[in-house]
Amino acid sequence: MEMGHREFLTALHGMMFGTVFLLLFSGGVIAILNLGTVGLAPDSARRQLRRIGLAGWVAVIFVWATVLLGTYWVYPWYRAKPPAGAALAGYPKYLLVSNPKTAEWHEFGMEWKEHIAWLAPILITAAAAIVTFHGQLLVRHANLRRAVLVLFATAFFCAAVAGAFGALIDKAAPVR
Amino acid sequence: MNSTDDLSPTGPAWAAIVAAAIGCACFAALVDLSEAFKGVSRALNFYNPSGDLSGKSTVAVVVWLVAWAILRFRWKRRDIQHPGGLMILCVVLLLLSLLATFPAVFGLFATQ
Repeated sequence: MEMGHREFLTALHGMMFGTVFLLLFSGGVIAILNLGTVGLAPDSARRQLRRIGLAGWVAVIFVWATVLLGTYWVYPWYRAKPPAGAALAGYPKYLLVSNPKTAEWHEFGMEWKEHIAWLAPILITAAAAIVTFHGQLLVRHANLRRAVLVLFATAFFCAAVAGAFGALIDKAAPVR
Repeated sequence: MNSTDDLSPTGPAWAAIVAAAIGCACFAALVDLSEAFKGVSRALNFYNPSGDLSGKSTVAVVVWLVAWAILRFRWKRRDIQHPGGLMILCVVLLLLSLLATFPAVFGLFATQ
């Protein structure tokens, strides 16, 4: 049951921060869709906007924490170059590319994950800012509501791809 | 918490949406440029342990925030009546961003 600090931070990056963001997403989408309900009372709309805004900013904090922790802590461990003659077990990138059967985990999986993940924080921050500062417009303008849903959905897709590949790559070559 | 009322213009909200799409497109363009030109990749290597990912993300975030500030300033009193064109622009930019960050696509630009 022991866990080194690298394993702990990798788990924090993927399983805790990433998962919280993905969970908050589903609630946010349903709540934004509900804003378009015909005859929604102003008080009810305000309450919903407050909740979506709060959940949105929690998602913003978690997704920024996930990508920053990933880019500046976990990723350097993953891509560290092994000294000559070292065992590759502690160097996940080089372990994966050393075997043609696992090389695609890096060349496709990690290359996709490390890039697509960076779109999520930009999109979710814009969505949260609109809900918080221009929320009433979402109740009245279906076009704007659709645009915010596009931001949310794209952010979710990016985070889901990054999260799924992160888990699979860490299974194939764990960061230790 | 919400600062809008019934008369608020829609310009600032659209500014946030368009700027986010621009930021994503900028990041995706930098991914492809770093693959195509080793000089760009080296220039974006802001923090060596993370490689050029540090520069691609930093530059894209700066471009996104600057685009947001400029668009917000320009559209702060504008009520966008027909946002269809902006919606199409954003969807196209986001699709291009997803495409350009897909390994099979940016791999086409890779220098040997």
